[in-house]
Amino acid sequence: MIGIVWRRFKKNRLSMAGLCVISLISLMAVFAPLISPYDATSVDVYNVLSAPDRSHILGTDELGRDVLTRMLWGSRISLTVGFVAVGIAISIGILIGSLAGFYGGRMDSLLMRFVDIMLCFPTFFLILAIIAVVEQSISTIMIVIGFTGWMEVSRLVRAEILTLKERDFVLAAKASGANDFRVITRHILPNALSPVFVSATFGVAGAILTESGLSFLGLGVVPPAPSWGNILTSGKDYITVAWWLSVFPGLAILITVLSYNLVGEGLRDALDPRIWRSEK
Amino acid sequence: MMVPLIFGITLVSFLVIHLAPGDPVEVQTEMSMKASSQARDNMKKLYGLDKPLHEQYIAWLERFVMFDFGRSFVDGKDVVDKIAERIPITLTINILSLILTFFIAVPVGVLSATRQFSLFDKLTTIFVFIGFSTPHFWLALLCMSLFGVSLGWLPISGIQSIDVSDMNFIERVFDWAGHLALPVAISAFGAIAGLSRYSRSSMLEVIRQDYIRTARAKGLRERQVIMRHAVRNALLPVVTILGLAIPGLIGGAVIFETIFSIPGIGQLFYQSTLSRDYPTIMGILVIGAILTLIGNLVADISYAFADPRIRVNRE
Repeated sequence: MIGIVWRRFKKNRLSMAGLCVISLISLMAVFAPLISPYDATSVDVYNVLSAPDRSHILGTDELGRDVLTRMLWGSRISLTVGFVAVGIAISIGILIGSLAGFYGGRMDSLLMRFVDIMLCFPTFFLILAIIAVVEQSISTIMIVIGFTGWMEVSRLVRAEILTLKERDFVLAAKASGANDFRVITRHILPNALSPVFVSATFGVAGAILTESGLSFLGLGVVPPAPSWGNILTSGKDYITVAWWLSVFPGLAILITVLSYNLVGEGLRDALDPRIWRSEK
Repeated sequence: MMVPLIFGITLVSFLVIHLAPGDPVEVQTEMSMKASSQARDNMKKLYGLDKPLHEQYIAWLERFVMFDFGRSFVDGKDVVDKIAERIPITLTINILSLILTFFIAVPVGVLSATRQFSLFDKLTTIFVFIGFSTPHFWLALLCMSLFGVSLGWLPISGIQSIDVSDMNFIERVFDWAGHLALPVAISAFGAIAGLSRYSRSSMLEVIRQDYIRTARAKGLRERQVIMRHAVRNALLPVVTILGLAIPGLIGGAVIFETIFSIPGIGQLFYQSTLSRDYPTIMGILVIGAILTLIGNLVADISYAFADPRIRVNRE
């Protein structure tokens, strides 16, 4: 199964390019401490807002900190937030979707009404409202983005489970005495996960965008910890004198998010069984 | 169907504020260590926070139904007035950008579907992905510095110039349009990407239908086949998606209204978040959700009007 998907995925050149970029950025994030040319927080008052040159490839910010270094460290935070937030969203989505789909009836209509209600809120409003109440830190940002992004996954999982739960292999598992938990986790979910993978890939892209927006507004990652979004906040204040401060972090977000979206698109096509059949 | 949803919306809005760790009084007094426990108790009593949660909710809901959202913690004004003052601006921008989105995205989608795999199609596909992936606040920042600062073509903040009172009507309209041009264009940007992709796939599905082949077979010109038979059918699902774009637009308002200092609901929400102005936050949360609900309803109704099959199904 994985072999087939990989073969189909490889054919999509844009998605492969996205995957390469993602790997590269992830490696840069992992090895940030080794490859950063400077210290991420050390202030250099003699080199404030200096334009990109040989010593500072991407210039320095208003405190003389190296922009490339801060972006490398920022990539760790931005990527972590993206992944953990999506992990939380998927866990909640799978839980609620499985309960609704498997048990049906009252449970289903109650949970799905809840999803409808949650979908009415403009996500950004919901996130801001929660942030106003809780203490602001990187972990709360991840939790908040996760808690407001699970609805689509739960609908996907529910729909998959509805089509799977009357299938013979599930009935067989039930008949041989497996309890509900085992039936759901061992027999149904493994067969229901491919749309979730696709949604998760797009979700990482969305979460990185959301985090950068929040940090840009000063409601996300708190300085001096760098994130791509909060580097842009100072970029905004100095945009007339220091274009590099706003252009490079923005490009980093754009390229990363674009790569995840391309991979998501490639995954969707590769996992879509309808296209499989037409190929054979 | 609507009533339970609205009820649920109020419940979630209330719980978000009240169940999250840390309550309004703690947050308001955390800055001053001097606030005695007596003062805290008084404050709790003032906001009714000493009562059990369900009583608080019912009291809040009772006032809410009467459009009494309480008073702002910041300036003591009625939250309803504050919201009502700002909603027209946000709605105007949203509606303008929806219109812009529709008139750009649909032709682009249709063209790239009818020319699938052409250069135009490939270019729009690339644009779509970039449109999905661009942080809007970054784009706003760049456009602001390009058109506003470097070229000086457009004003960069607010919705009117300082000297607006000296202008005649036509100058005012131009002034207003100049201020809104960037915010509308940027808030439409992401939606254009999404909608053009969607109308492309909707169109691709339609042109493979039998009735399109029939139209071609009976000798209609290609133009007529596309305009009269295909586009009209392909547009139906697009209308629904336009409705689904509304929460994104309203939510996005927070960012671009803050950047362009437009006194709309998004900016108010941002300021309220910073100052932890809970009555205003709850008020806007509910209003935002209800606006979304109305948007979806309008989309559903227009869909039913446009598509006769839906009415048949119901019988």
